[in-house]
Amino acid sequence: MAELYELTAADLAAKIASREVSAREVTEAFLARITVAEPSVHAFLTVTPELARAQADAIDTRLAAGESLGPLAGVPVALKDNLCTAGIETTCASQILRGFVPPYSATVAEKLQDSGVVLLGKTNLDEFAMGSSTENSGFFTTGNPWNPDRVPGGSSGGSAAAVAAGEAPLSLGSDTGGSIRQPAAFCGLVGIKPTYGRVSRYGLVAFASSLDQIGPFAHTVEDAALLLTAISGHDERDSTSVPRPVPDYVQALTGHVEGLRIGIPAEYFAEGISPEVRAAVMSAVGVLRGLGAVVDEVSLPYTDYALAAYYIVAPAEASSNLARYDGVRYGMRTARSSNHIELFERTREEGFGAEVKQRILTGTYALSHGYYDAFYLKAQKVRTLLQRDFAAAFERFDLLVTPTTPTTAFGIGEKSNDPLAMKLSDICTIPANMAGIPALSQCCGFDTDGLPVGMQLMGPAFSEETLLRAAHAYEAATDWHMRRPNL
Amino acid sequence: MSQTEYEVKVGMECHAELLTQSKMFCGCRNEFGGEPNTRTCPVCLGLPGSLPVFNKAAVEQVLRTALALHCEISLHTIFHRKNYFYPDLPKGYQISQYGSTPIGVNGYLEIEKADGSVKQIRITRVHLEEDTGKSIHSDGAGYSVMDYNRSGVPLMEIVTAFPPDIESGEEARLYAEALRSVLLYLNVSDGRMEQGSLRAEPNPSIRPVGSEMFGVKTELKNLNSFRAVQRGVEYEAQRQAAEIEAGRVVIQATYGWDEEKGVTVLQRLKEVEQEYRYFPEPDLIPIDFDTEYIESVRASLPELPLARTRRLREQYELPAADALQLVSDRATADFFEESAKAAKDAKAVANWLLGDLTRLANAAGTPVSETPVTAAALADLVNLIVAGTITGKIAKQVIEEMFVSGKTASQVVADLGLTVSGADEVAGIVAGVIAANPDVVAKIKGGNEKSRGFLVGQVMKAAKGRARPDDINRLMEEALANA
Repeated sequence: MAELYELTAADLAAKIASREVSAREVTEAFLARITVAEPSVHAFLTVTPELARAQADAIDTRLAAGESLGPLAGVPVALKDNLCTAGIETTCASQILRGFVPPYSATVAEKLQDSGVVLLGKTNLDEFAMGSSTENSGFFTTGNPWNPDRVPGGSSGGSAAAVAAGEAPLSLGSDTGGSIRQPAAFCGLVGIKPTYGRVSRYGLVAFASSLDQIGPFAHTVEDAALLLTAISGHDERDSTSVPRPVPDYVQALTGHVEGLRIGIPAEYFAEGISPEVRAAVMSAVGVLRGLGAVVDEVSLPYTDYALAAYYIVAPAEASSNLARYDGVRYGMRTARSSNHIELFERTREEGFGAEVKQRILTGTYALSHGYYDAFYLKAQKVRTLLQRDFAAAFERFDLLVTPTTPTTAFGIGEKSNDPLAMKLSDICTIPANMAGIPALSQCCGFDTDGLPVGMQLMGPAFSEETLLRAAHAYEAATDWHMRRPNL
Repeated sequence: MSQTEYEVKVGMECHAELLTQSKMFCGCRNEFGGEPNTRTCPVCLGLPGSLPVFNKAAVEQVLRTALALHCEISLHTIFHRKNYFYPDLPKGYQISQYGSTPIGVNGYLEIEKADGSVKQIRITRVHLEEDTGKSIHSDGAGYSVMDYNRSGVPLMEIVTAFPPDIESGEEARLYAEALRSVLLYLNVSDGRMEQGSLRAEPNPSIRPVGSEMFGVKTELKNLNSFRAVQRGVEYEAQRQAAEIEAGRVVIQATYGWDEEKGVTVLQRLKEVEQEYRYFPEPDLIPIDFDTEYIESVRASLPELPLARTRRLREQYELPAADALQLVSDRATADFFEESAKAAKDAKAVANWLLGDLTRLANAAGTPVSETPVTAAALADLVNLIVAGTITGKIAKQVIEEMFVSGKTASQVVADLGLTVSGADEVAGIVAGVIAANPDVVAKIKGGNEKSRGFLVGQVMKAAKGRARPDDINRLMEEALANA
């Protein structure tokens, strides 16, 4: 019989609800698994065992009293450490925020608490979510549970690795240019970047405000749908969240894709995509076709400009968003300052890592007087063109299928000295952020090294149900999602 | 060497903290002062992950102001980030409105000069932004502390058009006064320059009369009164002229105003243009005004100060200075009109209101419209004087009592028995005074008319002010003739 930590969130929830196991037993199983896996995985920056046990006990008490709780009651989750949690240190994996304990919780954290979810801890990331491997973490690098010498992807690498390693059945990440989907692909998980505005960003420490979205990691499409349902919805505290009813995404998992129109954008299969990845994705498209989907090629001609435009927009917004870390109010403060200018300069010099500094410099430059039109404004125009590309494609297709990443998980240290190669690993995921559309990554095979391959599904704004339905049908027809790494 | 004649051109940037219940982007109370950092939250402290949500009331107050200043309204308006580092700026940027579509553009404000002429001062933009916190510097202790109670308070910025229409220190003061008056009428600002809730920052430049070119401007800050606005501009214009006459140039810089010494003091040179890296605020959605909504706000605007001054002058035949003074505060003007409608002499109402009642109110530290003397009670007082029931002198005593007790004039007069003495009573007093002062009577008869005043004074004293001066004079005349 499978261990508790190997079960899906849906199975765990069912067992807890029927009181076959207690929430406390489930929590203990994951806490024990964390103890076993962490020495090789390093997914967590903070583990919160006391809080987790108290939350689990509270669920057990309520169930014992005969209360009927929600579909995730008692299920543990891990949160990326750029989501604010009241009373729990939130660092964004940056030295500059070391010791910062927020007095408030992110809306998603509150929603999960209201759903009876148990918080296991906070996971590692590239500093301020800037990176594709967790190698930019200000603390340590997370290992890929499938091969500890490989990166788990990033920036939400800790959240992906924690689920892949069985340290948590579910986790939340954030995705600005692929930071959920790329680690989901590298770790063999389902990861969703929802439509911009679907999930409140309140309490998500901002990287690039117009691109950031919070989303789930899970072993299965059903689990991802459960978690997405729990965190979605309009929030008065986030003006950019959209007032639109939230469906029960689990209800969308009908298993039917007959007649679903799937587009294969040629630009996403071009040079740089590894043959193994291309083959796995095309094979998965064949499975969907076999299930009744209608497949055809499509072109998204502005795709080539997405990466360049992204590396203007995201650093520009980041340079402004990260200005608040000045040592005056919270987090780290330099010990060497005799006036406020020195306080700012030295705190930031000592507190930020190299990648963050590089992006702040890029962004500052792009917004500077005389360059704004040439860079930021131009990049925003490219964004409009990308949106038009997608709009045209979605007139013909219900969704688009592409690789999530050009390659499978690369080695730790392999690209850390080659920033361009590192950034190219996000080439397939960035367009969805630039266009604000939802995208999902799921496992569609393994390469010859035994590393997972990710397939990306993209749909028009608020088409999460369609993406989930297709992914679920594919999952039901394959068994990639059943595999677990040997730790 | 002939002295060059210069003219001064003055642009004005004014900031007004808005009178909203809560701050611009969070629910914290918007109030002046208080225990430091007690009105703060994750949003106005700029904590990581917090997001702004704009205050609709603040938007409406700026819209009201823009309409009152005859602006065109941008149907689509957005917020921007103004990026700079300072300890009082918790996010490292100020949310403001930059570019060509602030809430209001291309308006004007009229000022009325001492000679009665009216001048239009064009306004280029009216926009909405947030205030910063405050640094509190310890003297010599080597550190500063921060108070973020003011952080995120909604701030409206009103900027005059270029080339500037303001051409003297006096016009700068009149503009600031007129603007304050409009803001008070709209109930969008408390207009307290001394507390900094209204800040006027003139930027004067001079040029030789007849020149087409504009001179280098300097920016003046810390002007805590209207007088300081005028004096600051006048001083700065002279200083700039002296620089040029001395063969030097005016350097673009910010100057503070030293009220005690009456001089401007260099604060900061502006060698390079500030790099604020403005870009559209991605955390806020654009505001799209509905024309119906704009028209409903326009329809709800009150009569504005200048129009009201003109009307009061005509309708109540008030002197210009009185009308201006009444209108400078909306509540005072409302009080006047309410009282004037019930009174038989509007001018007398204005005199009593601007005279004794204002004096009493100032002494008590209460607005003139909120004392125990109601508009109806003041009208009553004036009517008693008009009817001859009390004298003006007694009325001064009556209003003091009204102010203390909150009673009406009629009540006070009845309670204290202050009605005018009858002619018979006055005649008796006159007879008594004449009888008691034979030597004075003799002097008068001997041609010393000045001594008559002494007798009148004695009568008034004996009558305790209740005798009409006309009665006294007439009866004294008769009595002396018979003496």
